Amino acid sequence: MKLFKKVLIANRGEIAVRIIRACKELGIKTVAVYSEIDKDSLHIRLADESVCIGPANVTQSYLNIPALLSSAEITDSDAIHPGYGFLSENHHFAEACTTSGITFIGPTSENIRLGGDKAKARQIMRRKGVPVVSGSDGPVPNEEIAMKTAKKIGFPIVLKASAGGGGHGMKVVKEEKDLDQAFYMAQREALTAFGNSEIYIEEYIPEMRHIEVQIMADNKGNTVHLNERDCSIQRRHQKLIEESPSPISSTEKFKKRIGELGVKAARAIKYRNVGTVEFIVDSKGNIYFIEINTRIQVEHPVTEAVTGIDIIKEQIKLAAGLPLGYKQNQIKQTGHAIECRINAEDPERFIPSPGKITFLSLPGGPGVRVDTAIYSGYVIPSHYDSLIAKLIVHGKDRPEAIAKMKRALDEFIIEGVNTTIPFHKRVLNNPDFVSGNFTTHFVEKINPLNQGQ
Amino acid sequence: MELEELKELIELLKETDVTELQIEKEGTKVKIKREKILSHLEMAGHERAAFQEKIVAETEDEAQRLITITSPIVGTFYRSPTPEAPPFVEIGAKVVKGQVLCIVEAMKLMNEIESDIDGIVMKILVENGQPVEYGEPLFLIEPA
Repeated sequence: MKLFKKVLIANRGEIAVRIIRACKELGIKTVAVYSEIDKDSLHIRLADESVCIGPANVTQSYLNIPALLSSAEITDSDAIHPGYGFLSENHHFAEACTTSGITFIGPTSENIRLGGDKAKARQIMRRKGVPVVSGSDGPVPNEEIAMKTAKKIGFPIVLKASAGGGGHGMKVVKEEKDLDQAFYMAQREALTAFGNSEIYIEEYIPEMRHIEVQIMADNKGNTVHLNERDCSIQRRHQKLIEESPSPISSTEKFKKRIGELGVKAARAIKYRNVGTVEFIVDSKGNIYFIEINTRIQVEHPVTEAVTGIDIIKEQIKLAAGLPLGYKQNQIKQTGHAIECRINAEDPERFIPSPGKITFLSLPGGPGVRVDTAIYSGYVIPSHYDSLIAKLIVHGKDRPEAIAKMKRALDEFIIEGVNTTIPFHKRVLNNPDFVSGNFTTHFVEKINPLNQGQ
Repeated sequence: MELEELKELIELLKETDVTELQIEKEGTKVKIKREKILSHLEMAGHERAAFQEKIVAETEDEAQRLITITSPIVGTFYRSPTPEAPPFVEIGAKVVKGQVLCIVEAMKLMNEIESDIDGIVMKILVENGQPVEYGEPLFLIEPA
């Protein structure tokens, strides 16, 4: 079976560079797209061809489905890789690609549609025997039902947006008296953020870890997992540091269990291609399904480091119809990997800091990887997200990985803009982080003043 | 001073408006003078030069004066509504604001691209059937 002859990358920044690299190694031609303000971007220079698709505004450029399909048409591309963010989880886009005879490198549009309906996904998982947090069976249509459900589960509860993510439309409700107001607010926020006011309810787990499982499946439904990643170091539901294996994955039993649940969840919705199943793990080690991410994720390099598998290449091969290249027992995990997301933000208050990079020096040496699209003299635009680089280290065990990350952070010099490098150094030196003893409240605890922003 | 050098100096003088040139080199003094004779031919030459100068200036101003019509979408540029039909416009055509200049086809949809101004089509910058990107310059129009 032949791979594609030309892939259009419907994204920008570091992930566009990542995808172009995988395509090049596979002998596939690449087409970069860019908005006017991105005309000096690195990914354009690495691709074989490029097309300007619109002005800086995302709606008219990176979210512009007609412009992307038209670009694929005029360049004769036979596949589109959506990256992460943007249109990667837009099932209309996936469908439109297929209708236009272009392969969408990712899961099916049905997988995407279902993954984007979190209340429904929960319902299906529950029915298929994947443990979920106690909560509503599907969305709650009004305050009365919300109150009934909440009382049944027991306060505190959390209201979540069915179409949501990133913490929008999410409200923790500690007492009965606060529910009606919180419900109304959650609905409004969800409507504004996602165009869909549907809310579902879950029991609130106070001390939890966010642990996710990387999965891959071929067209025949053969599914494997590539082990777990711990992403508990988050600020306002945005991940900052990820690692694999999880510090609490000390027993093979836990690892096996969570990996198998990931596969079970993927099979439950006949998932295809590459994706990630998100779980929360409570203080007793109970594992609960939260949602499924139907795309490649920012933190995929962490898994690539410990398994030695190039996940983007696998994505492309699976999309071209090749059978899964690995059996579960062939997937090994070696050593420990950590990733720090470097954002162009003030390291204490996390305020975005776009501007010109006046000096850049990248870390290196054994076990150090940097995924980035920045260069010396590059001007970071203010229109897009603030992630400018991912620093990934791989050591033989967690202490070595931590030592390596500290060393690499010291070598990483970015001048001209603020970056979160100092913040990462603080975390890597924090005793709770080093001992592996942390939950999703970790960042809040070390940065108490800044959660309101 | 060598004969060759003298010849070069005389040529140099001819090429310019300089009427008199005095050079002192290694103890030798040379004075070369040009007598200007106004004749019809020369006048014509001057006029031509003036005209040429004017054209050069104009090309610089042109860039500032002419309005560029760019493609608002990604697609394929066509000069005519259908393959058999004549082009919407040719060079020199007078156009009005809102008049269709070309089609950019995207995903089987024919998008008519209109002129932003009244004027004359001075240049057509892309070929029929050529793929165009967002912001690609298509026409240069001299405003009326």
